Amino acid sequence: ADIISTVEFNYSGDLLATGDKGGRVVIFQREQESKSRPFCRGEYNVYSTFQSHEPEFDYLKSLEIEEKINKIRWLPQQNAAHFLLSTNDKTIKLWKISERDKRAEGYNLKDEDGRLRDPVRIKELRVPTLKPMDLMVEASPRRIFANAHTYHINSISVNSDYATYLSADDLRINLWHLEITNRSFNIVDIKPANMEELTEVITAAEFHPQQCNVFVYSSSKGTIRLCDMRSSALCDRHSKFFEEPEDPSSRSFFSEIISSISDVKFSHNGRYMMTRDYLSVKVWDLNMENRPVETYQVHEYLRSKLCSLYENDCIFDKFECCWNGLDSTIMTGSYNNFFRMFDRNTRRDTTLEASRESSKSRAILKPRKVCTGGKRKKDEISVDSLDFNKKILHTAWHPTENFIAVAATNNLYLFQDKVN
Amino acid sequence: MFVRGLKRKCFDGEEDIEGTLAGIKAIPSYNLQRQSLLDMSLVKLQLCHMLVEPNLCRSVLIANTVRQIQEEMTQDGTWQMINTQSTGQASLDRLVSTDILCRSSREQAEGKHVPGYGTFSKDFESDQGQGSSETMSTTSSVQAPRNLQSNMWEMENPQENKGNFQKSLDQIFETLENKSPNSVEDLFSEVDNSYYDLDTMLTGMMSNTKMGHCDGLETFSSPANTASNSNCKSDLNELDHIVEILVES
Repeated sequence: ADIISTVEFNYSGDLLATGDKGGRVVIFQREQESKSRPFCRGEYNVYSTFQSHEPEFDYLKSLEIEEKINKIRWLPQQNAAHFLLSTNDKTIKLWKISERDKRAEGYNLKDEDGRLRDPVRIKELRVPTLKPMDLMVEASPRRIFANAHTYHINSISVNSDYATYLSADDLRINLWHLEITNRSFNIVDIKPANMEELTEVITAAEFHPQQCNVFVYSSSKGTIRLCDMRSSALCDRHSKFFEEPEDPSSRSFFSEIISSISDVKFSHNGRYMMTRDYLSVKVWDLNMENRPVETYQVHEYLRSKLCSLYENDCIFDKFECCWNGLDSTIMTGSYNNFFRMFDRNTRRDTTLEASRESSKSRAILKPRKVCTGGKRKKDEISVDSLDFNKKILHTAWHPTENFIAVAATNNLYLFQDKVN
Repeated sequence: MFVRGLKRKCFDGEEDIEGTLAGIKAIPSYNLQRQSLLDMSLVKLQLCHMLVEPNLCRSVLIANTVRQIQEEMTQDGTWQMINTQSTGQASLDRLVSTDILCRSSREQAEGKHVPGYGTFSKDFESDQGQGSSETMSTTSSVQAPRNLQSNMWEMENPQENKGNFQKSLDQIFETLENKSPNSVEDLFSEVDNSYYDLDTMLTGMMSNTKMGHCDGLETFSSPANTASNSNCKSDLNELDHIVEILVES
């Protein structure tokens, strides 16, 4: 199994897609609850596996293009088939996943094994009939959106009009129509005329969940810009600019790096957005630009270790974050296979671990704690024994239920709320 | 003089001298940390430059950190920079090679018995007896054009690094555009080879060895061994020649 690089539930939550470093997409489907086991919530089983992207070579620049899937985004379901967008660094693909559980029998012109029948032998006409067969799930690429990005794509986001979507790379954001692959519109371009003056890059972008003209993008300097596509074709000028003033007392050489935003997500109700930087998660009210309304410390104990984390490059890890369906709880990952949940109402936070040892099937997860100093209590882990190779960068929350998917390197963990 | 300061001691006891010495010791250690952070950052920039597809976000963040350090070092005078240097970043390496070459031709033209490189071939036999003192003064005169401001060898590294990274920062982003590692290494070789040669020569001569900067600088200059730029081929040949002579002595 390869390292998982993205996790995403579809709109109904029945399907869960994962993308990995090898360019593969694996889709899990939730089993329907059976009448015989009414209290047992559906489990997720593999539904479809396909190779989305292959490694490529850019001959002009003599560079390899990785097949790693950076993001997957589902389209809302409009017919029996399911559609998703998957992207690597350079190319976005629209995949159709459809089921086939019947096949036609009794053709006139060919045999059951496909060989053509001799027309002379055909004495009578018959109507082919549909017979059931074992379920087959097919994935086929329906659109390939290529050659629009010079830099590495970090985000894709489907618009609420379900007709367009955006793709963002380090310096540009493009708007696409789902039906048109040979043209895309550039809506944000922050590339300086002189590349030597480059000091800031785009790190994430997302469309507003309800307003189809609004999107946000975050930067490596810890700022978020909200843009309105009605104001101009090129949204280089923002409508709103979100930035928290820096705390001068905690300034260090690493201040800018840790302020770089790795993920931005709108709340389901569209009133808030959440940003993830290296040490914290912040919730912003879209009507207040000068500071976030809530800040949650994910692993503040790492602040004194920034130099080592810079040395081993961990400081550049890009953690994602997600909301639950009600926007009452937020979740994000950390190191040592820990992930954190913050209840916005009670202000309580939990640290849980996704590992084989602590996650026997149906076992209840024990909350974990990191010892920040002084005497280490039993069951606590000291900061120095944290495994920085075990990082949880990708998590996803079911859109309506308390079901979460946590990707720990090359393992996928699914957790659900305690069933009372 | 500051014998006490040189010894490693617990700063538990007396206050006066110890206090001030502790203060003095605290500052260099911050400087050392900052310097090692700078070196580490430059190495990272180099490394990510050698990767097939550099991560632009990471490069930008590291480059910004380097700039920050440079600004701070400039502000608290550690760098003792003359502002003109910021514009003449490319000129620094040219300063080295051309000055040496100029001196050599100049001295030769004037026929002075000055311990310059140019006269070395002539003076080699006669200077042999004088030995190290001669070479020491030679190296210090070499140092002077390289480092206009500071006398200390330790201070030179930020200088080199600044010249190097200023150019490298600019080049890194240009070449990230072009995405051709080879040309970058060419550009680096233009800068680094000259430094590297002088470096080995000077460290061989001088008694005080560099601290951790050695490693940083060497790794920094190590990728620059590929195709040499035609512009500095003649310079390099000159320097090679000079290095051979000095090393032999």
